Amino acid sequence: MNPPAVPAAAHHHAPPQGFLRRHVFSLDHKVIGKQYLDLALVAVCIGMGLSWLMRLHLAWPNLPIPGLEKLSPNGAANGVITPEYYLSLMTMHATIMVFFVLTSAPFAGFGNYFLPIQVGAEDMAFPRFNMMSFWTTCVAFLVIVSSFFVSDGPALSGWTAYAPLSAVGKDAGPGQGLGQTLWALSIAIFCVGQLFGSLNFVATTLDLRTKGMTLARMPFSTWAWFITSVIGLIAFSVLLAACILLLLDRVAGTSFFIPAGLVISDRLQPHSGGSPLLWQHLFWFFGHPEVYIAILPGFGIVSHILPVFARKPLLGPRVMIGCMAVIGLLSYTIWGHHMFLSGMNPFSALLFSVPTLIITIPSTIATLLWIGTVYGAKLRLQTPALFCLGFISVFVSGGLSGFFLAQPSIDTYLHATYFVVAHFHFVMAVAAMFGIFAGTYFWFPKMFGSMMNETLGKWHFWLTFIGVYCVFFPMHYLGLAGNVRRYSAFTDDYLKPLIPLHRFITVAALFTGAAQLIFLYNLIRSRFRGPTAPDNPWEATTLEWSTTSPPPFDNFGGHPPVVSHGPNEYGVQGATGDYVMQAAPGAPRTH
Amino acid sequence: MTTVASPPQLPPTGAPARPAATRGPEPKPAETGVWVAIGTISMSFAALTSAMVVRQSDASDWRHFQLPPILYFNTLILLISSLTLESARRRMRTTAAPGALLESPGRRLAGVYLTLTLGLLFVVGQIAAWRELAAQGLFLATSPSSAFFYVFTSLHALHVLGGLGGLLYVLHHLRRATGSVPTTALGAATLYWHFMAVLWVYLLTLLTIRV
Repeated sequence: MNPPAVPAAAHHHAPPQGFLRRHVFSLDHKVIGKQYLDLALVAVCIGMGLSWLMRLHLAWPNLPIPGLEKLSPNGAANGVITPEYYLSLMTMHATIMVFFVLTSAPFAGFGNYFLPIQVGAEDMAFPRFNMMSFWTTCVAFLVIVSSFFVSDGPALSGWTAYAPLSAVGKDAGPGQGLGQTLWALSIAIFCVGQLFGSLNFVATTLDLRTKGMTLARMPFSTWAWFITSVIGLIAFSVLLAACILLLLDRVAGTSFFIPAGLVISDRLQPHSGGSPLLWQHLFWFFGHPEVYIAILPGFGIVSHILPVFARKPLLGPRVMIGCMAVIGLLSYTIWGHHMFLSGMNPFSALLFSVPTLIITIPSTIATLLWIGTVYGAKLRLQTPALFCLGFISVFVSGGLSGFFLAQPSIDTYLHATYFVVAHFHFVMAVAAMFGIFAGTYFWFPKMFGSMMNETLGKWHFWLTFIGVYCVFFPMHYLGLAGNVRRYSAFTDDYLKPLIPLHRFITVAALFTGAAQLIFLYNLIRSRFRGPTAPDNPWEATTLEWSTTSPPPFDNFGGHPPVVSHGPNEYGVQGATGDYVMQAAPGAPRTH
Repeated sequence: MTTVASPPQLPPTGAPARPAATRGPEPKPAETGVWVAIGTISMSFAALTSAMVVRQSDASDWRHFQLPPILYFNTLILLISSLTLESARRRMRTTAAPGALLESPGRRLAGVYLTLTLGLLFVVGQIAAWRELAAQGLFLATSPSSAFFYVFTSLHALHVLGGLGGLLYVLHHLRRATGSVPTTALGAATLYWHFMAVLWVYLLTLLTIRV
């Protein structure tokens, strides 16, 4: 075997000995990846619990929820949620889900575990930074969760934390005191953690690829994580700056975002001349790319997994990579479409509307490439493939409503309604979750050395798939009917007829959430009692399947692979099986 | 489920096996990491700059003030420190070359020590500038102009301190190295340090124009 091109810098550290070094403060990217996934699992349980509380309150506003008064004596006296506490629940649900689930799991979790293996490296370029990345994120999570236990409760200004509400302090009501400060602090810390992580992803991809692993031969998932990390580096650095200014407004008396003459709760705020709109620009300059930070890893995972089960090469592999790159680039030109209602000049709105419509082109091309890959294939309908198909379905469902919202004249009507809730949950949240599920079922055998149960997996898929459509599809109708979002109860006459539909959604949400217990059970049972996984159970081509399940400490047992083929060699006639692994010796195939 | 015991092989094509593709020059992850960090830090300061421009436009509460003169002395210190580190890096690279005469660690690392001292002096100088401003009654919350001054200078100083930490880390490794020493980490640290100087010159120019 030829000597690897991996530089000596890759040999960072020896296998650890003690428990703490092996499982807690580990430098091993695989342990750190699992830590991120564990963190996301805890976060998603909390986030989903919060959504249940919200849904219960929306359907039955006066329903006392046993035990809730213990969590918040003020926000839920006698277990009945107050309007302010509803907003706190909404803020925390969104913040925890967007940052600690949709960013932590598909990007930081799977990316940490598999990016180095897929490029043939022993570890990340900077393992210490990598460890710091996780623990910084963990501290950020503890800070945000701790805000549930402060006297006036967690922040209530939404995950977008619009100023001046987020900046003025406790005069603005419960949750806007220490809770909001903890929110800003947590997000600032989170940004630092993600910057450490993204820096590692970029350096590892560029510099630690094994011999023969050219950029063109990188798996699609690696490309997605790489592009996502570039987006993250720009987005999180801007949000970090914005959070610092917000914190200063809150604790140091500056006036970056608080205008002059603002009176809240009959008190003139001691600030002068700040710009609330400035916060919106800074936030959404991060916020829109964040949507792609959540969804692009899903693009990569689906592009990576679908050919394995279709037993066909992905259609247009370079076009797919191009689409992801163009989406990444365009994501920085469209933040203003979140601000059509901010009173911006109509010409500015047009400037943001056009690239918003343009970004649908690469998204549509990517979708057509997935569908084209599946078309005519003898699809192996195993659980990872089902979740990939589910990803495409919900992404299309959510993406179609994006065409409407991209136009300022229509968005003006729909922006503050449930139509938007349906849109972003489908296209970003549920799609990303389906990507996470697909990745979990696909990579679980590699990560833990045992197979997940297929029957339970299929039950999980179908119940979840039907469930999410029952939850979010009716919200389009609610939005078109003028049902405003962020309201804690619908008492107006024109909203009352919509309450039965809300009750249906609540029941569906409880049902879909309960279906996740199947996944949890499968996860835990398979971890300890699943059948032993072979090294390459899915007959896939990429490097993670060339090593043992689970991989050894240095990933390849001291023999870094040499890559001779691309990742897309499926349906190869004449090969043993119908595929060629990237590390298989032999001349590269030409297409 | 189908499982495989070993990777399947490509069918024989009859063509001679071509060598696997290679990637050109030896990669330097530390340097790549610093370039990425430079991009990221630049982005943060670009965001703050745009915030400053937006905040200043039409602001009736913007108070212009004279920058403390010590800032220019600090600038000189930082620029000199950049030169001393660059000179240390070049010296190290020369002595690390095969066949070069080995110097004693003290002489070899003198430039790094000097840079560390000058870096610390710069931070102390910045603190003196803040005290000078405070003596004039200009605090963080006095005016948006003073707020941006403190934000820019303190964030830059934090990054300089980070650079000093990085230099100490590199120094620790260089001191332990015997014979020919790896210079990649020093190269990366030097790159970062030069960026600190460039960033400071930019910030000083911005502050001079705007406040």
